[in-house]
Amino acid sequence: MAEGALNDQREHTAICFKAFMLKNSTKSNLNLYDHLSRLLTKVMDERPENVVDIIEDMSREVKQELLQDKQSTLRDMPLATAAQLLAEQQRLLFSRRGGDDGEQEEELVETPLPNVSELGFFLEQAGVGLGREEMLRVFLALKQLVDSQPLVRCRLWGKILGTEGNYLVAECEYREGEEEEEGNEETVEDEERDGEPRDDDEEADIDTLPRSTFKPPPVVPKEDNRTGVNKFTYFVCREPGLPWVKLPTVTPTQITAARHIRKFFTGRLDAPIISYPPFPGNEANYLRAQIARISAGTQVSPLGFYQFAEEEGEEEEEGARDSFEENSDFEGIPVPEMAESLSTWVHHVQHILQQGRCVWVNLADKPEDDFEEEADEEEKEEEPDEPDPEVGPPLLTPLSEDAETTNTPPWSSKMSSTLISQFAIAVLRSNLWPGAYTYASGKKFENIYIGWGLKFAGEGYIPTVPTMPQREYPSGPEITESLDPSLEEEQALKATLEEQRAAQEETEGLGEDEEEEEEEDD
Amino acid sequence: MDSNTLYYSLDLVSGSGLTLSSEQKAALQTSLVILKRNNKFNRVLFWGKILGIKGDYFIAQGVSEDEMTDKNSLYSFNCVDWHLLPPATEAMLAEVSAAAKGRFVGDPSHEYEHTEIRRQGEGDEAVEEEVMIKVKEEKRLASTVHTIDKEVSVVPRGAFIKSPHGLVQTNRSFEGLSSLEAGKLSYFLHFTEPQKLKKKSILEMADLNRSIDFLDPLSEDIPKGSWSLQFERGSTVCVIRSMLWLGLTSFHVPMTPQHGYIYMGDGLKNLDLPFML
Repeated sequence: MAEGALNDQREHTAICFKAFMLKNSTKSNLNLYDHLSRLLTKVMDERPENVVDIIEDMSREVKQELLQDKQSTLRDMPLATAAQLLAEQQRLLFSRRGGDDGEQEEELVETPLPNVSELGFFLEQAGVGLGREEMLRVFLALKQLVDSQPLVRCRLWGKILGTEGNYLVAECEYREGEEEEEGNEETVEDEERDGEPRDDDEEADIDTLPRSTFKPPPVVPKEDNRTGVNKFTYFVCREPGLPWVKLPTVTPTQITAARHIRKFFTGRLDAPIISYPPFPGNEANYLRAQIARISAGTQVSPLGFYQFAEEEGEEEEEGARDSFEENSDFEGIPVPEMAESLSTWVHHVQHILQQGRCVWVNLADKPEDDFEEEADEEEKEEEPDEPDPEVGPPLLTPLSEDAETTNTPPWSSKMSSTLISQFAIAVLRSNLWPGAYTYASGKKFENIYIGWGLKFAGEGYIPTVPTMPQREYPSGPEITESLDPSLEEEQALKATLEEQRAAQEETEGLGEDEEEEEEEDD
Repeated sequence: MDSNTLYYSLDLVSGSGLTLSSEQKAALQTSLVILKRNNKFNRVLFWGKILGIKGDYFIAQGVSEDEMTDKNSLYSFNCVDWHLLPPATEAMLAEVSAAAKGRFVGDPSHEYEHTEIRRQGEGDEAVEEEVMIKVKEEKRLASTVHTIDKEVSVVPRGAFIKSPHGLVQTNRSFEGLSSLEAGKLSYFLHFTEPQKLKKKSILEMADLNRSIDFLDPLSEDIPKGSWSLQFERGSTVCVIRSMLWLGLTSFHVPMTPQHGYIYMGDGLKNLDLPFML
């Protein structure tokens, strides 16, 4: 009997408790009973490991699932995410142009497209690269470039990383005569033309302002297209599939300025470069200047791959030989030798001189624009009569001649694999421009740069200090401020003057009786 | 990055330019498994690669109980034989920062020398003593790995939780950040002892979830531009690169629990950062 009553009591308590659990919460309109049953159903279905440790998270998930089921009165607008936009553009890469070309011309004409898949494979052996799928996308993007522009040669130069976006760079050469003149695209060059006297119309009565004696240093003229630094044209794009943009040619002032600053790229070609010394141009120009410096410093090839064209008796003293051709008899140097010694590699891009050009230009000869007709011209010619011609190492110098900086050898070389050395390739890595790699295997070789576009700074970068401000007027007694004499000094001066006069009067008073009655007021 | 996911995660970070050759990847897959068994690690991470002039170091880390503090670093030249690195102590860090300059050489027994002239005593009795500090490259390697982890290791918010015992462990219910969240630096945290967390006002702390917000977010780093957050592969992967240590790349695939970081570079801190931004 008692048991029956006890059971009843327990059942009663249980029913009360269940009723309690079924009470809807005032805030969320859920009740504990339903929630627990949903939760335990989920655990039963999923049976996760160590469920007691994650039960709180599961409970929260169950609650969130309830909320998301609500039908919203607003219709979902399909937002085009950035991924979808890019995918659309990249889809174009994969489409073949149907039937426009007629026959397959590509088999007959040498295509300027490089074999990027092969490049990707070799670079992967060297431990460098963008990943297989990305390299293929780059390949297709280059094909798109080649199809749209009349190029005779095209090469993947590399990738430059930036803070907000990256640049994929392609090095190209236009066909003869196809290149469009850019119509004198003047990049913003802030030359310090301070010398022009201002118009004195309004101020004719007042003294004319002093003329500045500052003469800006003569501008080094830029090299022509297809020569020296501007030998190739460069195209950049942000991601494969996006349109390619041509970079402007580079001027020597830009190269010299780029040597003094150290800035990250942002990924936008029109971003301004705020630096000291001020960079003449925006990010597109800075990018082009760095590309030029990197190419000049790190593009190398195996010894003997290129040779000079046979021109006897035409060696000029000033002009370095700047043309070379492929050596058809090149046999290929065995890989272990290439990995061992640096003298089996040569530079095949001209070194950039201090001036910012590859071919030195003597500025003293050029007739200067005189915007001041003062007699300063004579002074100018008394300056070093013949500035010494700058000479750089000639083309095709081996790497063993490269100078060391800050105790690091400029290049590191190794074989790509020690386990399978018969098929390994030689890999060269630049320590001056971290990110520049070259590989060689038999007759094939290639250079690439993937990095931030900055030179190795060694101990640390010391920014250029701004110059001292110029003095406005030459200092002289007329304009130098002098302190007003203090009261004591004035009185002392008066006292001495009085004494002098008194002394004079005495000497004169002996001769004359008349005394001056003018006395000074005190 | 976790050695289990190495073979596909490497593709996600190779936008920075450096990857591993197929031979190295294959060697790593076998040797890391053996390493895990021999040293009884819970997880083995492939930390990255430090480029030296004559040779490169491959670094791996083994994690035992606590993900943050129980880490052991090992280095190798060929991805097969691993050597343990000494744990980095304060004294070692001080020595290395005084003596070691320039690039890594690639030889762990190379010694960096630095002579300091110290004055002992005061005034007229000052005695100048030349103290020569010698540091082996192995120690430099250990302290560099430790410093990089301390300063720039990155994890998404919610990937790790702090258990009530104080142990930091992986969060098994982490489902990834949404695409919107992955675009903000404040959802990524430094994976070391927090520096700025304690100084936050109580109002700010009220919004944080104590179990997952026990680390400093990246958005509070000074200078402001020292992190570059980009979406690669058409915003399917969020890649964060550090400008302070060039070569550190961290990735996260939104809406999935995949994340990791790797350092591939020359092991030098970019002290010119304020000039370069």
